[in-house]
Amino acid sequence: MRIAMSTLELIEPRSLKHALDVLRDSQPIVPLAGCTDIYVSINAGMPPGGRFLNLWNLDALRGIELRGQTVSIGALTTFSEIIRSPVAQKRLPALVAAAWEIGAVQIQNRGTLGGNVANGSPAGDSLPVLAATEAIVVLRSADGVRRVRFNGFYTGYRRTVMRPDELIAAIEIPPVGGQQWFRKVGTRAAQAISKIVMAAVRAPHPRIAFGSVAPTVVRAVRTEEVLAAGGTLDEAAAALLGEIAPIDDIRSTAEYRRRVACNLLRAFWTETA
Amino acid sequence: MRFVLNGKKVDVRAHAMKRLLDVLREDCGLTGTKEGCGEGECGACTVLLDGQAVNACLVPFGQVRGRAVKTIEGLRGRHPLQQTFVTEGGAQCGFCTPGMIMAAAALPKNATLEDVRVGLAGNICRCTGYSGIYRAIEAAQQKAGGGKAARPARADRVEGRAGTAGLPRRSPKGEGLQAGGGKAGGGKAGGGKRHARRSSAGAGSGKTVRGRRA
Repeated sequence: MRIAMSTLELIEPRSLKHALDVLRDSQPIVPLAGCTDIYVSINAGMPPGGRFLNLWNLDALRGIELRGQTVSIGALTTFSEIIRSPVAQKRLPALVAAAWEIGAVQIQNRGTLGGNVANGSPAGDSLPVLAATEAIVVLRSADGVRRVRFNGFYTGYRRTVMRPDELIAAIEIPPVGGQQWFRKVGTRAAQAISKIVMAAVRAPHPRIAFGSVAPTVVRAVRTEEVLAAGGTLDEAAAALLGEIAPIDDIRSTAEYRRRVACNLLRAFWTETA
Repeated sequence: MRFVLNGKKVDVRAHAMKRLLDVLREDCGLTGTKEGCGEGECGACTVLLDGQAVNACLVPFGQVRGRAVKTIEGLRGRHPLQQTFVTEGGAQCGFCTPGMIMAAAALPKNATLEDVRVGLAGNICRCTGYSGIYRAIEAAQQKAGGGKAARPARADRVEGRAGTAGLPRRSPKGEGLQAGGGKAGGGKAGGGKRHARRSSAGAGSGKTVRGRRA
């Protein structure tokens, strides 16, 4: 490791309540779940802080359950647990497909849905699914519970509406009501971070979301409107190009991403017809 | 801090933020676990944490408290995988081998070739080549005999109506590595289906999408 251990501290809460009290009383502190993002930064000598809060043992934040018709996924639920979950397989096949594409088995065994959301990378593979399925982020603090629409959760590149004293407790996904679709494009199936990723729901008003085409995951709202109004795929693709803003970076180019975004849109629409 | 290491209860004093990888190598003297990339990409540091394959470079020691860790040393040189990696030429320089073997040890019994490819996709080898590694795993699985898959076989993407189709498909029971590999060209189920669908998706969406599996 390129960092002295003596500069880092790990706080081990005894319970969720204790963790929330620490978050209220003892800032700044960085919550740690499966560590698949934060330890990459720490190993590179760039820790996101000096004090960390170990959430890994808080089993109250784990598990997938059906509440009425809403699927509630605890923030500490790993991608492997999502892959194995009969509830997720039945109701959220797009999320299961995304979980398979995140890292490889070693990462899926440790990476958590809440961590993917909190990390807030525009390339996070579960995020377009949560955008297209209109998920709700359940935030807990010592003051209580707050529910925020996932589509209003990010305010900019890795910026969210979360307060420092809040934890993501769960992600709630209401009934999806349409055919789900997911596709990730990267250099290889495992480990690669997305060049572009798309999730969508084919419904009377289709819902389409992209990752890696803007500073945050985005819903293609105007594209959805064109398709809902019976517009052609060419018209929808033109609308899409007007509402995504990909950049050149180490993984791909803006031009490639614009072209593949349109290809993915066409693939979604023809494959779910 | 107390945890179970290769089946024995141990109490190790180390910083809670120290990587499990470093605790194993420096504090426990178990240098079989290797550091490759140090960022969770290469799988050289794969160990089993409560039976699941993890990258030891991404696990803070504090999260190991009370849990069970198994390293390559825990296989005691007698595991079928350790024998078949020798007999089948599954190792050349050997640096990736402990991670490969630990990832393979976490595979379901009766894994298809597709299960093996997916299960080892997070383990990178730059000299042996993967066919010898897959052959070694196949031979070890045949020695060990049958069982049920712990993890569903991978479905590649979502096409069906939510709640009915498009779900991960379990590989057909008893489909061995050879059978799985043989079906990959255009089979009807499990891993074979995935390859068939991948190709057709590529044809429909242009080179860009087809290229991604290369």
